[in-house]
Amino acid sequence: MADVIEVGAARDDAPPPAGRARRRGATERGHRATPYLFLAPYLVLFLVFGLAPIVFGVWISLHQWDLQLPNRPFIGLENYRDLFSSDSADYADWWSSVRATAIFTVLSVPLLVVVPLGLALLLNEKFPGRTFFRAAFFAPYVLGVAVIGLLWRFLLDANLGLINRLLGAVGLPADTPWVTDVPWAWVSLVGVTVWWTCGFNAVIYLAGLQDIPAELYEAAKVDGASAWDRFRHVTLPGLRPVLLFVLTTTILASANVFGQSFLITQGAPGEQTRTVVWRIVDEGLRNYDVGQASAMSVLFALLLAVVSIVNFRLFRYRED
Amino acid sequence: MTNVRRVARYTALVLITAVFVTPLVWMALTSLKTYDDAQQDPPSWLPNPFSTYGYDQILGNTANPVLRWFLNSMLAASLHTLLVLVTASMAAYALARLRFRGRKLSFALIVGTLFLPPTSLIIPNFVIADRLGWIDTLTVIVVPGAASAFGVFFLRQFFLSIPAELEEAAVLDGANHWQVFSRVLLPLSKPALATLAVLSFLTNWNDFLWPVYVLFSPERLTLPAGLGLLQGAYVTDYPVIMAGAVLASVPVLILFVLAQRHIIQGVSRSGLKG
Repeated sequence: MADVIEVGAARDDAPPPAGRARRRGATERGHRATPYLFLAPYLVLFLVFGLAPIVFGVWISLHQWDLQLPNRPFIGLENYRDLFSSDSADYADWWSSVRATAIFTVLSVPLLVVVPLGLALLLNEKFPGRTFFRAAFFAPYVLGVAVIGLLWRFLLDANLGLINRLLGAVGLPADTPWVTDVPWAWVSLVGVTVWWTCGFNAVIYLAGLQDIPAELYEAAKVDGASAWDRFRHVTLPGLRPVLLFVLTTTILASANVFGQSFLITQGAPGEQTRTVVWRIVDEGLRNYDVGQASAMSVLFALLLAVVSIVNFRLFRYRED
Repeated sequence: MTNVRRVARYTALVLITAVFVTPLVWMALTSLKTYDDAQQDPPSWLPNPFSTYGYDQILGNTANPVLRWFLNSMLAASLHTLLVLVTASMAAYALARLRFRGRKLSFALIVGTLFLPPTSLIIPNFVIADRLGWIDTLTVIVVPGAASAFGVFFLRQFFLSIPAELEEAAVLDGANHWQVFSRVLLPLSKPALATLAVLSFLTNWNDFLWPVYVLFSPERLTLPAGLGLLQGAYVTDYPVIMAGAVLASVPVLILFVLAQRHIIQGVSRSGLKG
């Protein structure tokens, strides 16, 4: 904070210059309140919809809280215990959704970390058309999940979809159940997500690549390093903070997957592709059991926090 | 050698571009087909004949008022963007330029929530919005998302990168904080404000989960929430469904073409500073 430049009279610790002492003195109280007035509009929003929900969510999770019932008795950790005891009604659905989310995350994250890096390397030199290609790669990302969900449900339709028809046209099997059976449903969900979001990660990598000093590459070249050596010993170390950011945000994004499975596989087959976030909102906002849903939410947020912390730790150690 | 490399590079780039763009082209072409045309096997690329069937179906539709959803989305995303710009820029000014008790604490709290997955707040936020009587209104689409810490964080970083001399000069000329903020700092921050505006609009326009669960009345839905209904109502009548998808894509694609630089810069900056 030491580098923050304070403007004029905002400095509490220094007396205001004599020239405007009178003016400022007259409005001393208003001037003290000024910072809070600037902060207030956002702070109200933040307190009500950013901070309070964190505390409130934990509070709700400790109650038997049904939106349709007037009584909300305190039940301690029972909502949490239900998620771990195999005889509770929620147990099977909950762990099935955790499994689905884990499968999706494990399959999608490596691709979403590696493929965009490849794209960024392709775009990392100045050549005619570079801006155009970057825009083309990024374009799917500006569309919402509703659009890409509907679009890919259509493209992956077993009978009418373009994908099976193209495969048939080149003599491959044309009846793959892309959205109704495993493992195809996972291939579809992961593939669509990579198609949709890899331009986003590529743009982040590209910015990181441009921050690596060109002299490092020159020096490596002079030393006779091959392209692969330069990638391993210059590019990757230079990208480490960006890699950490991409990895962490991608894990969080993948773990929070909802729209793709809601629209493309619609949970099929059975409920095998129904994810944690979907499970939570259904439990809370369709079945009205917000107590149970909040317990799931808190547990899930804690799990993701652990993943992020582990991530940071691993990367720090490797840096030392 | 370099020529071979150049050809290889462009070949790869063109193929990759085809992978990203073909589905979008297919969406647009299908929206211009008749029902029968879209069912053909093997499929025809170009509509034969070109038809406005899909658009006729959704625009004159009372059960699924797609045009209404479009306007709802437009209004919600615009108001949301305005709310974010006003509240985030004022807060960022206080945090970047003013000294006050509790500044470090409030900044730490705000930044802390950046790392929280937003989905973890959905249940309590629904209960809060319910108590405020906002469920199934436009307000619930406009307001709660503006609590996001991103805008404040993003603008604060930008304000800190602007030298304070101009503002100090304005203070010496007798300007108060509001004047310094609105007449000196904001005009200097146009690129950052444009980036934040575009990103806020995109996020709100595309938001899917929240509207699906907090809006119920058919005439109050946003376009993404409504598209889900359209899929249920038209099942395999793909020209109609794709017409709806095109309608939801056109505004953001136009925005992307016009403000590509802002979007890409906003994304790269969020990566480096995050």
